[in-house]
Amino acid sequence: MTYVEWVIYVFLGVGLVFNFLASVGLMRFPDVYTRLHAGTKCTTFGSIFLSIAVMIYGVWKYREGDTALISLSIHTFIALVAIMLTNPTGAHAIARAAHRSGIKPAMAVVDDLEEKEEENDND
Amino acid sequence: MIMDFTDPFILTFLLLLVCMLVAMIRVLLGPTTPDRVVGLDTINTLVIAAMIIYGAAFDEVIYIDVAIVYALLSFITTLFIAKYLEGGRL
Repeated sequence: MTYVEWVIYVFLGVGLVFNFLASVGLMRFPDVYTRLHAGTKCTTFGSIFLSIAVMIYGVWKYREGDTALISLSIHTFIALVAIMLTNPTGAHAIARAAHRSGIKPAMAVVDDLEEKEEENDND
Repeated sequence: MIMDFTDPFILTFLLLLVCMLVAMIRVLLGPTTPDRVVGLDTINTLVIAAMIIYGAAFDEVIYIDVAIVYALLSFITTLFIAKYLEGGRL
């Protein structure tokens, strides 16, 4: 087993741990906003590590002579860019929609967004 | 198709399926509608990651192309559901 395989295994392990923590946080947190925090940020971070593992695998196979597999790395990079652009944007849209549909954060003392929206309504 | 369970990519793929099952419990339980949408969004990202890993496991590039298209389409779906929850016109 070469050191490249060890690097791939470590990246796969880190990605898996973060994706699993996202599922656990989705089950354990008390309200929509904290669940969004767990479910979106952890899966983005975990997917980055899983994609980097696949990219290293493609480059490694390319250097060993299997030249068709360099396209695996390039396409994975495009998929990674798509994840990193779309995931936080979708989370922002869900959070705003949840706040506007009247769901209050659990155990929150200060809600700045609500005060801001009331000011805008009064103007 | 015979799966080699000692292959690290296949093992990762199966564990990602377990994560999806845990997220699906939140979709079923979720007390409010945004809770279910959050669960769905998490499952979408996990499916994209699982497709990338599956493509690497069988050395097939076409699965990763499917993952790119799935990412963009699931993003549009999330935006439309959020717009609908806000009560705005589509």
